[in-house]
Amino acid sequence: MTTSTQGNASQRTRALPAVLVLEDGRTFRGRAYGAVGVTFGEAVFSTGMTGYQETLTDPSYHRQVVVMTAPHVGNTGVNDEDPESQRIWVAGYVVRDPARVPSNWRSRRTLDEELAQQGVVGISGVDTRALTRHLRERGAMRVGIFSGNALPDEGTMLAEVRQAPEMKGADLSAEVATKEPYVVPAIGEKKFTVAAVDLGIKGMTPHRMAERGIEVHVLPATATADEVYAVNPDGVFFSNGPGDPATADHPVSVMRAVLERGTPLFGICFGNQILGRALGFGTYKLKYGHRGINQPVQDRTTGKVEVTAHNHGFAVDAPLDKVSETPYGRAEVSHVCLNDNVVEGLQLLDRPAFSVQYHPEAAAGPHDAAYLFDRFVSLMEGQRA
Amino acid sequence: MPKRTDIQSVLVIGSGPIVIGQAAEFDYSGTQACRVLKAEGLRVVLVNSNPATIMTDPEIADATYVEPITPEFVEKIIAKERPDALLPTLGGQTALNTAISLHENGVLEKYGVELIGAKVEAIHKGEDRDQFKLVVEAVNAKIGHGESARSVICHSMDDVLKGVDTLGGYPVVVRPSFTMGGAGSGFAHDEEELRRIAGQGLTLSPTTEVLLEESILGWKEYELELMRDKHDNVVVVCSIENFDPMGVHTGDSITVAPAMTLTDREYQVLRDVGIAIIREVGVDTGGCNIQFAVNPEDGRVIVIEMNPRVSRSSALASKATGFPIAKIAAKLAVGYTLDEIPNDITEQTPASFEPTLDYVVVKAPRFAFEKFPSADSSLTTTMKSVGEAMAIGRNFTEALQKALRSLEKKGSQFTFVGEPGDKAELLREAVRPTDGRINTVMQAIRAGATQEEVFEYTKIDPWFVDQLFLIKETADELAAADKLDPDLLAEAKRHGFSDQQIGEIRGLREDVVREVRHALGVRPVYKTVDTCAAEFAARTPYFYSSYDEESEVAPREKPAVIILGSGPNRIGQGIEFDYSCVHASFALSDAGYETVMVNCNPETVSTDYDTSDRLYFEPLTLEDVLEIVHAESLAGPIAGVVVQLGGQTPLGLSQALKDNGVPVVGTSPEAIHAAEDRGAFGRVLAEAGLPAPKHGTATTFAGAKAIADEIGYPVLVRPSYVLGGRGMEIVYDEARLESYIAESTEISPSRPVLVDRFLDDAIEIDVDALYDGEELYLGGVMEHIEEAGIHSGDSACALPPITLGGFDIKRLRASTEAIAKGVGVRGLINIQFAMAGDILYVLEANPRASRTVPFTSKATAVPLAKAAARISLGATIAELREEGLLPKNGDGGELPLDAPISVKEAVMPWSRFRDIHGRGVDTVLGPEMRSTGEVMGIDSVFGTAYAKSQAGAYGPLPTKGRAFISVANRDKRSMIFPARELVAHGFELLATSGTAEVLKRNGINATVVRKQSEGTGPNGEKTIVQLIHDGEVDLIVNTPYGTGGRLDGYEIRTAAVARSVPCLTTVQALAAAVQGIDALNHGDVGVRSLQEHAEHLIAARD
Repeated sequence: MTTSTQGNASQRTRALPAVLVLEDGRTFRGRAYGAVGVTFGEAVFSTGMTGYQETLTDPSYHRQVVVMTAPHVGNTGVNDEDPESQRIWVAGYVVRDPARVPSNWRSRRTLDEELAQQGVVGISGVDTRALTRHLRERGAMRVGIFSGNALPDEGTMLAEVRQAPEMKGADLSAEVATKEPYVVPAIGEKKFTVAAVDLGIKGMTPHRMAERGIEVHVLPATATADEVYAVNPDGVFFSNGPGDPATADHPVSVMRAVLERGTPLFGICFGNQILGRALGFGTYKLKYGHRGINQPVQDRTTGKVEVTAHNHGFAVDAPLDKVSETPYGRAEVSHVCLNDNVVEGLQLLDRPAFSVQYHPEAAAGPHDAAYLFDRFVSLMEGQRA
Repeated sequence: MPKRTDIQSVLVIGSGPIVIGQAAEFDYSGTQACRVLKAEGLRVVLVNSNPATIMTDPEIADATYVEPITPEFVEKIIAKERPDALLPTLGGQTALNTAISLHENGVLEKYGVELIGAKVEAIHKGEDRDQFKLVVEAVNAKIGHGESARSVICHSMDDVLKGVDTLGGYPVVVRPSFTMGGAGSGFAHDEEELRRIAGQGLTLSPTTEVLLEESILGWKEYELELMRDKHDNVVVVCSIENFDPMGVHTGDSITVAPAMTLTDREYQVLRDVGIAIIREVGVDTGGCNIQFAVNPEDGRVIVIEMNPRVSRSSALASKATGFPIAKIAAKLAVGYTLDEIPNDITEQTPASFEPTLDYVVVKAPRFAFEKFPSADSSLTTTMKSVGEAMAIGRNFTEALQKALRSLEKKGSQFTFVGEPGDKAELLREAVRPTDGRINTVMQAIRAGATQEEVFEYTKIDPWFVDQLFLIKETADELAAADKLDPDLLAEAKRHGFSDQQIGEIRGLREDVVREVRHALGVRPVYKTVDTCAAEFAARTPYFYSSYDEESEVAPREKPAVIILGSGPNRIGQGIEFDYSCVHASFALSDAGYETVMVNCNPETVSTDYDTSDRLYFEPLTLEDVLEIVHAESLAGPIAGVVVQLGGQTPLGLSQALKDNGVPVVGTSPEAIHAAEDRGAFGRVLAEAGLPAPKHGTATTFAGAKAIADEIGYPVLVRPSYVLGGRGMEIVYDEARLESYIAESTEISPSRPVLVDRFLDDAIEIDVDALYDGEELYLGGVMEHIEEAGIHSGDSACALPPITLGGFDIKRLRASTEAIAKGVGVRGLINIQFAMAGDILYVLEANPRASRTVPFTSKATAVPLAKAAARISLGATIAELREEGLLPKNGDGGELPLDAPISVKEAVMPWSRFRDIHGRGVDTVLGPEMRSTGEVMGIDSVFGTAYAKSQAGAYGPLPTKGRAFISVANRDKRSMIFPARELVAHGFELLATSGTAEVLKRNGINATVVRKQSEGTGPNGEKTIVQLIHDGEVDLIVNTPYGTGGRLDGYEIRTAAVARSVPCLTTVQALAAAVQGIDALNHGDVGVRSLQEHAEHLIAARD
């Protein structure tokens, strides 16, 4: 379970130097963590105190360099059960105090090893709070991490960061989604079939559905409406995923086809933004996004507050104070984040469709919103009756 | 309107005196709650017998009753005040138990008082072991997680012995129901231990109920703090992980927030179980604390217990996260929901969220085993610590090392020099949890123990073990380096090394290390505790230091006053000092200063983020304070640093701060020295013509003997430079003097022993006074009930003095003024006098706020600490009189004749400690202070006030029944009159043969009972100890026969503690008790609020 790091301190090798460079020129120096090399992405911070494995493997973090506000990362090592997908997706990883020795009965290897093995460039020992405050004030921006003994000069590094692609306008779903359809069987008795359009789906999402007797057909992001209906679904699901929803024209058109036919529909995160667009609302980029597992969201239908997991840099621009008319009937904002009044959920009043901007499947995060999967089941039951 | 409109007034019950397991944290919680309720426009009625609390300040509630927290007295208050509701969840177990009693005896129904914050059913479900087990089963059925340890409920010793078999044998855990701080619980490894622990547990439990449980020793231990509102919104405020695995009470464990070694899946299981429990129990407008054990092998989760109220852990969680649990609990209780309450720190976001931390918090317990040398120092499931320190760092190592140095106790910090000792022996020693086990573990690591070995012996989680290795390796690097380069120094500071530790490792003086460090530009930055890991801007300047990049201290315009707090609570330096610091903060804020508080005690009001304009949650060492002063000097002007209010801790820094150019205000360090140094103080007294008891100093027995021979026995001996009477003893003969010197480890040529003439039969007097350089304000004169020789902190006292006349007060005033002037006091001074014969001796003077300041302030309705703070910064007493902070005329020495009498009584922690054989520790008072807290009884006459003080401290005095009397020869004469009074009140007297004989000769009948040493009589006559155990004695008077050797009354006194029978150990206390009994027997004892007392007093003064 533990590996001993015995040895004379004077022989202890310090990790190689590393530098984090933001596109506005602010620089942080630290030590290499994980793979040694260079990486670029959009700098975002995540405030979850647990669940780094889930975060790292969440496809929505594709092309993002994640700053962990929790100082100690890697304490429970890496196990084989908790990843949300087949690989680590973050483009880079920024931590303050990485664990030297992991401790958990399920741990198989250290996080450092895992990052290195998957080629993820990270940096440790930086003032992550200062970096977070900077991103909070200036907004999410491009960043580069450079590690190793032969680092370029700061001007060169900054120029490279500024040449990296921006998140706004990025169409990334296809890069992270499955290339081939696959089926997640229902746990226990099968009650429903759902076609899940994978825009960057997390493993826990089909699992939460399977727990409720749903056989989930996970389809590539490029799936057409015909391919969706080829599985004869009781309901259609649109997953979370990375990138700018403004570019997601194809999934929007598929969703419109589903709305047209009145099939029960549920969307999470990117799926919520797609529903927003399908209904004719706009989307916009938040200054620094919501990334954490402590966000208070109010379900406006019940007035109850749930503590929820978030990972979104974009949001839907829909009116909070009124019911909107859409091509598919009346729609309203069903959920809202109490911290900043950002739209966190949409529902149609005349058709069986709803979506949330946050993560009811949690992983990582609280299970307060798991009832939404039950709501999806109810819609499918209602359709059947 | 979200707030309930049907509640106009609410009664809040406090937690009473500070005892182990129920301490200052309830003042913090209660103060928050009262303020919130008052701000909501409710009439707040408060009852708390503890005068040393901020919550009992008259401005915190509308009607403040410093009365005993017993169902009888609380009923009187309800009858008088007729509150609409009772909030019982903020005063610990005391308040909860009192509320349950009032519910059960129908008082609440009779007066139409609604219990808010927790329903009776929920309290029972949460606290009753049987019912809670059902709760956990129900939760498991719903969500598939969480179980109870296998257990059996027992109501008799037979049940207990049978129970062990059903659990599969020893060891087993014994937990009595409805006791606070886990009192009476423990591990039994065999039948003998079981009989003892379970026997006591059955007695302690108000429902005569104990629970036997399977052993989960060595498992990982966690706590969650949850809150729930009436709309069923639930948040988990904080997770806490215990560094010490299961087996050590969480109050005695080093604890860490947030949890460090859980994956999200495992954490979410705890969270799901916690939420399901708070729902199932039915806590619907408040908070609760739930404890879990997790098997490190497979993650099996056991729910240990829940507290359906605000607790010590919730106070810690509030300080650790910036989420004020008590405040929010109070708002929920009056009808708000979490989403309607703003988060104080961000002001922009609601309280319906879960704080996220970007730092690590470590709490370390502070023990007082040195005060109870015979007590078993093993840590068990019964809490034994008397205080705690909390530290915040950007990582665990930084927070841990800061916490250890915050304890401010010799040996609490890791040391890396000298021979560590034998590895095998150190590891064996580390098996047993004790105060300082972590230091033993560090020595074992230094001696070559591997990580696996440390885990195997201690079951401390491997991640924590590695962190200790990281600290040790950093120390090795420091030792091995050619020089202190900036990288290495910064690295060491990031792992929490103090300048002193680095100096020790490098063989340098601390100040040299500091100079080097400053020259290299290695200085801490100050980060903000903001509940949200910087996601939102914080409005509240709640800081901690870290060796990181960016500081968040904002510039300010107004001149700042930095107030140094008192650090962890300990015997001799407790909540009273925090009280004075908080008052200084309020007074200086009113006077236009920006107030900056520095403290490391999470239990206190001073470390509430809204007490001062800025809060630095930092250790009170010279290094840490100098860095704060530096950071604040960059932020704006500093008017001064106040060191006189936090007790000996900040006072001890005074000279060094001044030497480092820090503007120390108030009494100068030189004046402090003049009062503390024997020679200098002797000169002050000589100049003023004041006598002190004859004394001398010696470093050997021969020297001490010569002094004692000259001044005559008995003598009071003590090591120099100690606090709280540590090691102080009254020595009656040469033989004991010799053994005392031989036993004392603190005496050396540089630390001589002080030998004073002991004033037998003297009246001891305490004076608190203010001096501004011109005028003296005599704050109050307290006459001790017990004679000189008993530490003033342990002695009961009365204010105004009950037997001193105007002439005595005049002498006291003149002497006090002469000393204050001679020493050079600017602020508060406390002087202890002894009146022997007609001579007024000066025992000692402390040029600082004393333990009695809150008591004096409340008894005289004058805020002395506030006045002292203002005087420190240049105000004069005349100005303060003009302003109204002090009375226009007169002072505390000349109270009107009909002023109320206040009696302070000390509360002792005897019941908490056992020796290694499981027997109680002796309860005799002496010159070494051992009380943890105090209560105040206030009434128009002494007898009633004394009776109230006893009721508040130990339970009501009996008004009839059987009194057992056994006194030392020297006390026999003074016992006769009180004994006669007892008989007159209808008491039946029991006495041992010698005492009975004296009584008979004086015409008082007493039944002779057998001494313990005599054993049971031929016809089964019980010994006195058996009678006490069988509940056949209602009052015990037992004065010790001298000191040294085994004390005869030991078994009597320990039996009294075990059975909670009032036990008086001095004849003076007996005389006072008789007056109290007399008052109780003469008509109804009333209740009166402090506000009413003050009104009366102010009217009488004018």
